[in-house]
Amino acid sequence: MPANTLMHAWILAVVLFGLGVAGLLARRNLVFMLMSIEIMLNAAGLAFIAAGARWGQADGQIMFILILTLAAAEVSVGLALILRLFSGTESVDADAARALHD
Amino acid sequence: MRSPRSTSGRCCRETAAVIGMFYLSAAVALIATALTITRSNAAHAVLYLIVSLLAVALVFYALGAPFAAALEVIIYAGAIMVLFVFVVMILNLGAGAAPQERNWLRPAVWVGPTLLAAVLAGELLYLLASGRFDVSAQGSGAAAAQLAGAAAPTTLTATAAAPPAIEPKQVGLLLFGPYLLAVELASMLLMAGLVAAYHLARELLKAPQPAASHPRWTREPPTRATAASSRHTTAESH
Repeated sequence: MPANTLMHAWILAVVLFGLGVAGLLARRNLVFMLMSIEIMLNAAGLAFIAAGARWGQADGQIMFILILTLAAAEVSVGLALILRLFSGTESVDADAARALHD
Repeated sequence: MRSPRSTSGRCCRETAAVIGMFYLSAAVALIATALTITRSNAAHAVLYLIVSLLAVALVFYALGAPFAAALEVIIYAGAIMVLFVFVVMILNLGAGAAPQERNWLRPAVWVGPTLLAAVLAGELLYLLASGRFDVSAQGSGAAAAQLAGAAAPTTLTATAAAPPAIEPKQVGLLLFGPYLLAVELASMLLMAGLVAAYHLARELLKAPQPAASHPRWTREPPTRATAASSRHTTAESH
């Protein structure tokens, strides 16, 4: 695969990460914010895979596997927190957690 | 990139096909991700996000990482998104569930993810039709197949991919060799996630929620300090 295509893979990773950041900043729904974080983690994994393909080494896939475990742990804890917040406030809006401060 | 030893027209055609697959999958991933973060309904967003993850898996395959592609489909699009689907279902329970279910049957809901997924399915069928069990291309192809030994079933994975695919065997050797400490740390992270999720969800399972007219957090649990409750009510009265 030519190096041009690998550069495009990195550009794809950057654009996906940017979409994740935009979603994280624009949405107030906690489920959408968690999904945006997933998009960003996935883009980071894509960057690692592209780098591994560029140098022909398997290290990029190792880092992708570690990112995968990180995403799994983060999603399990995050969704449990969202369920707790929903059972308390009947809302999944991020601003509903203001009650923690009062 | 390392080039395959045989530079016949067949190899270059396959390379062009893989590159075309890369760009098609990238386009699908971008469209699906953009639609994910702009949906108003969480269930629709989950559908588009699943399509996006499947497209990224095909990008991984085109980049010569079949093991990462399989993990992406199994863990990301399979396990993690199932968690999202369950939570969206739990949050949607209530009186508004029936019209929501009726809305699911409208074509406008499912035709977008179906079209994008059909593009990915076409790519997958092309891969299966073009490169399945093509051992001769393997023998002249990646040097990793030599490393994998004589009777390696891993040669099935990298058939149509003209770039040298990084086999799962290489990943495994590296993972349980120099990266063993990282694997242990990842296992501890998963254990912490398991314990935390169980602890956070335990009180939800233990106490069935009574029919409450007001949110539950305004009623303090009896074991906690009553000072917090009084403080909360005074804060509300202001």
